[in-house]
Amino acid sequence: MDNQRPDPDTLLMRVEKEEEGARQGKLKIFFGAAPGVGKTYAMLEAARRKQEEGEDIVVGVVETHGRQETGKLLAGLEILPRTSYPYRGKKLLELDLDTALSRRPALILVDELAHTNAPGARHKKRWQDVKELLGAGISVFTTVNVQHLESLNDIVHQITGVNVHETIPDSFLDRADEIELVDLPPDDLLQRLREGKVYIPAQAEKAMTHFFQKGNLIALRELALRRTAERVDEQMESYRRDMGVRAIWPATERILVCVGPNPRSVRLIRAARRMAAGLRADWIAVNVEAPTHVRPSEEDKRLLAEHLRLAASLGGETVTLTGNQVSEEILNYARSRNVGKIIVGKPTHPRWKDKLFGSPLDEIIRGSGDIDVYVITGDTAAPEKHRTEWVKETPVKPGDWFWSIGAVVAATGIAALMFPFFDLTNLVMIYLLGVAITAARTSRMPSLLSTLLSVAAFDFFFVPPYFTLAVADVKYLVTFIVMFVVAAVISGLALQVRKQAEDARRREKNTAALYGLSRDLARERKKDKLSDIAVKHINEFFLGQTVVLLPDLQGRLKVLSTAQGTFAMDQKEWGIAQWVFDNRQSAGMGTDTLTAAKALYLPMISSSGPVGVIGVLPHDRDASFPPGEIHFLETFANQTAMAFERINLAHEAYRERLNAESQRMRNTFLSSVSHDLRTPLATITGAAGTLIRGGEEIPAEKRELLIVTIHEEAERLNNIIRNVLNITRLEAGTVKVNKEWQSLEDIVGAVLDRLSDKLNPYPVQTSIAPEPPLIPFDPILMEQVFTNLLENAIQHTHPGTVIDISTHRRQAFVQIEISDRGPGIKDDEKERIFDKFTRGKDSGKGAGLGLSICKAIVEAHGGRIWADNRPGGGAIFRILLPTGEEPPQFTDDRQSSAANNDD
Amino acid sequence: MKRNEDIILLIEDEVQMRRFLRITLENEQYRLLEADTAKTGLAMAASWNPDIVLLDLGLPDMEGIDVIGRLREWCKAPIIIISAREREHDKIRALDAGADDYLTKPFGVGELLARIRVAIRHKLVQESGQRESEFTAENLRIDYSRRQVFLDHAEIHLTPIEYRLLTVLTQHAGKVLTHRQLLKEVWGPSRVEQSQYLRVYMTQLRQKIEPHPARPKFLINEPGIGYRFKYDPGR
Repeated sequence: MDNQRPDPDTLLMRVEKEEEGARQGKLKIFFGAAPGVGKTYAMLEAARRKQEEGEDIVVGVVETHGRQETGKLLAGLEILPRTSYPYRGKKLLELDLDTALSRRPALILVDELAHTNAPGARHKKRWQDVKELLGAGISVFTTVNVQHLESLNDIVHQITGVNVHETIPDSFLDRADEIELVDLPPDDLLQRLREGKVYIPAQAEKAMTHFFQKGNLIALRELALRRTAERVDEQMESYRRDMGVRAIWPATERILVCVGPNPRSVRLIRAARRMAAGLRADWIAVNVEAPTHVRPSEEDKRLLAEHLRLAASLGGETVTLTGNQVSEEILNYARSRNVGKIIVGKPTHPRWKDKLFGSPLDEIIRGSGDIDVYVITGDTAAPEKHRTEWVKETPVKPGDWFWSIGAVVAATGIAALMFPFFDLTNLVMIYLLGVAITAARTSRMPSLLSTLLSVAAFDFFFVPPYFTLAVADVKYLVTFIVMFVVAAVISGLALQVRKQAEDARRREKNTAALYGLSRDLARERKKDKLSDIAVKHINEFFLGQTVVLLPDLQGRLKVLSTAQGTFAMDQKEWGIAQWVFDNRQSAGMGTDTLTAAKALYLPMISSSGPVGVIGVLPHDRDASFPPGEIHFLETFANQTAMAFERINLAHEAYRERLNAESQRMRNTFLSSVSHDLRTPLATITGAAGTLIRGGEEIPAEKRELLIVTIHEEAERLNNIIRNVLNITRLEAGTVKVNKEWQSLEDIVGAVLDRLSDKLNPYPVQTSIAPEPPLIPFDPILMEQVFTNLLENAIQHTHPGTVIDISTHRRQAFVQIEISDRGPGIKDDEKERIFDKFTRGKDSGKGAGLGLSICKAIVEAHGGRIWADNRPGGGAIFRILLPTGEEPPQFTDDRQSSAANNDD
Repeated sequence: MKRNEDIILLIEDEVQMRRFLRITLENEQYRLLEADTAKTGLAMAASWNPDIVLLDLGLPDMEGIDVIGRLREWCKAPIIIISAREREHDKIRALDAGADDYLTKPFGVGELLARIRVAIRHKLVQESGQRESEFTAENLRIDYSRRQVFLDHAEIHLTPIEYRLLTVLTQHAGKVLTHRQLLKEVWGPSRVEQSQYLRVYMTQLRQKIEPHPARPKFLINEPGIGYRFKYDPGR
């Protein structure tokens, strides 16, 4: 298997990644083994070269630390002023991210990538600032020391003894487009140190002296070189993959590392990452939640979450399993995922615990089969004194104490009754029963009390010498001890069972909440309803107030509904929410970004991109979200995002359908019109052509006929064009109905006059009601209606047929009737004739638009038009037009006698 | 009435249209002057002093309204506008600006010739300086001096407004009058926006003088524009 074509999906993903990459800025990291090797210097030199090439360069943050030679390089570069944040009486200067974003240079210099920003800055860490700059398409040059890499942090500590707190995730280094290793042999570096050219902050002098020992420097240099080589290797692999050159790929190796709240997990995680990188394997960080009597404290939960986050940031997969037997769970999972290597920490607890409780490590090793197990040392530095808080349970209810005492009393009573008839062993059972019941109903402390009291009572009442706590026979001591142990075990088990039940209930509650949300979301089709549902569910579960923000057409967020359960946002909060939307990252309370915000803001991300933002404000202002909860909230947010996406897609699909439909109709219309226009034109051209060619030779009557035909067809063409224009305008909505007080008689008269030639052979009878004299309508449009109806009548009847036009009042309307004595209309056509393009039986003239124009105009006036058959034969078209409100009053004279004396 | 040697100035940019009009009008013994741009037309009007001006509203180098405005600064000849646009608004503006009548393309030849005849008649009446003392059209006769109206030789009774309305229409017989013009003439400048008055009175007038009010032969409504007393001076 040599050259293998990369499959199309991966290629597509790569293209998409490339496109995405093209939009992002390019990151170049100047990497060094130790401070003082000259990274900042190298960065500035490279920047100057770029500037000479004409690029737009801006200095975001560059620390010269007073070094002259570095300072000189800054000359000529545009330096952005920094923002100052007051902190503990000092003013800390940090990168002004907003100015940088709005300035939009091609390249910006940001020194010391691992720096932690002052509180008040948008992001906690400078590398997050750089990430945002890259996202905005701005390229960045930056500097990093090897000790700042997360995965190498503990090795560096081991080597140098210096604890470096500011770290950047390895994923960020991997994401850099270029890494330049600024290398300086240790001797040269020491020389520079002696010359005072290396900056050391005052507080760190002592530590730094220890740091700058030759052995350390050599080791650090090797680390840096090796890390750089790793990256080059990765690049080569990636290149080969692109080109389809695929070496014999071993089955993907997988590494599993067991993590827990114990701080030594950090070391394990980093070790796992290094091993995985070396083997080019995937790695999984697994945590087993054992619902035992050891209940994790808040501190533990926090540490665990941190460790899992660390693992994720280093590129590992994180999985949480539940089960009683840690080793069993891990081994099963490892086998199911084809894990080849397991990493565990060396035990640090005393051996007797293993003897008593079993050693998970031992069991893993024994059960590992063909999986390799690596046992790694924990931190050499003593971990901070950290206690697994034994219990953080609900406080004991006062009633529980009564239960425990009462159970003992009851047991004593029963035992007393049984005493004459039964052996002591049986009486012990009664007490055990009492303890078991107490354990089932109360918590640890009362159960313990119950146990002690049971032993005491048993001793006092039933063991000779009676009514004392002394024991006659030493054998009874054994009885007591065993009784105590049994009671303790029973109570322990009972408590465990209860806790398991509680855990299961809690999980069930979570799942139910999520299910409830998705079920309700699935039913809705309206965005504002979705928003309300999300708010309701989130508020119910997380006890706070929620707000759902959706973007408008320009991408600015707006609140959809301000129903109950939402909270008002001020200017700053809006800014944060908008940032969350633009950057697709959570921010606000409980996160690393913009932590001073009032509420927590989560982006709603669907497969087609961000659809909005959810803001959650907990009721209890001082409470913060436990890390597990934020994760769960994100699940809620994503569910909601999917629902919104679904609605968006549905709308789009609908729009597409409408578009396709109207496109189709347009095409039909155009082809029909085209045909209707061409036909009379063909006749005209033909007839005219004949006349031209024939000239004098054609007999006079024939010539006359041709000329008349040309004239008629030209008029017909005129009609068609007029109709087409009208219907197009009406449908495009560009026709305004100008209603004026008009007289129907006027319009009818005008139309009859205009059509007088065509109407010549037809007797026309009119009957126009005198009341109301004026009704509101648009004269030009109604003229069209009458013209079309009359022409329609002419078309469908023989000359000599009587045509009637009449109007009369009908309550709030005027009814107009135009009827003929022609063939009439078939019943099934009565509706259809008002559609576009339909033709009656034998018309063949006109694009069939006349009646649909009538309908459009009449309906635009608020009226109705319909067709019927006249009793006695013929078609009758009826129109109802609203008469409007009061016609205008007249204040002039009406009737007066003699001529007046005007003019 | 047509006289020989009546000069018609045609300002029209379309070649085919000019050809058709030339043939038609010369066949009717009119003398035709042709201009294809507004500028040329104005110049020719100044030099030749035509009897009638046929003006196309869609000229390339100047708006029809502006041409009318310029002409009316010194020229009293009737202007008939030819408009391809169906926009009533443009026609009203032209009429109010000083045009006398209009034709909408495509128009019939009969209509064209009738309009020309009407225009010439009015020109003559104006030039003579005299007011006509009476007017006759078919069975309708109006005696302006005595303020009497006769239908079929029987006097009919009109209110002062109706009479005035009829008078204005017949004094411009054959020519279109916009609503505005009619309102101004009959009711005065204060009522120029209230065309419903006009309609009501027209209806009444029609009742009185038309044998079939719904199918009038005299008082013709031009929807959106105004009214016309239908009258052809004849050859």
